Amino acid sequence: MACPESPRVQAYFDGEIDPESAAEFERHVRNCAGCRAILEELGSLRTALRRDLAREQAPAALRARILQALDEERNAGVPQPAPQPAPQPAPPPARHAGPRPGRAWQMRPFWWGAISGIGAAAAAAVVAFFLVSARLNDPLLDELVAAQLQSLLPDHLIAVASTDRHTVKPWFAGRADVSPAVADFESQGYRLLGGRVDALAHQRAAVMVYQHGPHLINVFSWANDQVFLAKDMTRNGYHFAFWRAGNLGYCAVSDTGWEELLGLERLLRELSGREASPD
Amino acid sequence: MLPHLDAAYRFARWLSRSSSDADDVAQEAILRAFRSFETLRGSDVKAWLLAIVRNCHATAFAQAQRRAFVPLPTEYETHDANAMTATTPDPESLAIRADDQRTLTRLMSALPEEQREALALKEFEDLSYRDIAAVTQVPIGTVMSRLARARAALKARWQEEFAGGARGLP
Repeated sequence: MACPESPRVQAYFDGEIDPESAAEFERHVRNCAGCRAILEELGSLRTALRRDLAREQAPAALRARILQALDEERNAGVPQPAPQPAPQPAPPPARHAGPRPGRAWQMRPFWWGAISGIGAAAAAAVVAFFLVSARLNDPLLDELVAAQLQSLLPDHLIAVASTDRHTVKPWFAGRADVSPAVADFESQGYRLLGGRVDALAHQRAAVMVYQHGPHLINVFSWANDQVFLAKDMTRNGYHFAFWRAGNLGYCAVSDTGWEELLGLERLLRELSGREASPD
Repeated sequence: MLPHLDAAYRFARWLSRSSSDADDVAQEAILRAFRSFETLRGSDVKAWLLAIVRNCHATAFAQAQRRAFVPLPTEYETHDANAMTATTPDPESLAIRADDQRTLTRLMSALPEEQREALALKEFEDLSYRDIAAVTQVPIGTVMSRLARARAALKARWQEEFAGGARGLP
């Protein structure tokens, strides 16, 4: 007989259920061989597909052809056709022949044209395209935005309410995968409200919640193996300040001003420094 | 250098099941995305581009159908599967890997298009249900059931392929 939970396996596997339900489901899976088997099958299928088929790349010739087509389009200097709203049925695609062989030697690298200043608007669009896509596609940022929004739902903000680091820090042990620097900075204006655990970067991240004036600040911390952390940024009306301390990545998120947010970052950095090298 | 060109090409390839068609579709999609980049507002570039790829594919497919001379790609060209080889340094497993790869490619190509595209977007491009729903223009619930059916079918066919499940998935 199928387990009543089995319809949830796929959503859990694809990371599409909220952290609380995920934790609950994980408890269920420990005692349910049926769900565990489905989970393992999904996993082996994914491993096989991703290992063997996911890394296919566009052929170099196609890449060259597209760069040339973009180059030509820009050089032609014709007014751009009215933009088509993307997801609607669009006019028939123009058929592009491959690069004309006789012309290949004089094919100008796209960037030369772009940098030369002709068609600066087009070049700017390309630069924006790169910047925006590079930023929007860090999955960690999406996770952080989602976690931030979720934390503001009723009953999601704080799992352990305490201003005492000796309560909050041990609470993380066994619940989170990391043990971040925790302290109350009430005298500096940052009151520790408590902590919770969020799923982030495929792990159980420890989250500290501070109050600064009327504003809440979530400080996420996770084991970070990436050389480059995201740059500080603003999304959905929240500032995201990133830093590293030891092997942990930190991100403080709030709708306070940058000054206030960076003030807390400074305090926590100093705290990590003191913990790392006690006199 | 072109962002998401690989993703656009991969997706076009899974849609059209033919490398030459995928070239044209990917190129058209990138050009169209480039022209209408200003219309992109605060959504994910990759999902947006893949939605354009899907439109270009649909258009090209409809054209091909109108011109009855162009044969529809009914069977995935198996010799092409080698083009999908992911590099591996281990020569011992190479032969088995190539075999598995061909088999997986063939089985996945045999899925109905709606299941194939959902699975490709999930497993190869790692899109969320919400993004897959946006790209394929169906509700999230439909995305979930297509994914479930695609996965069940792949698993079942894989087991058939290897004599009643003598071999599990690699």
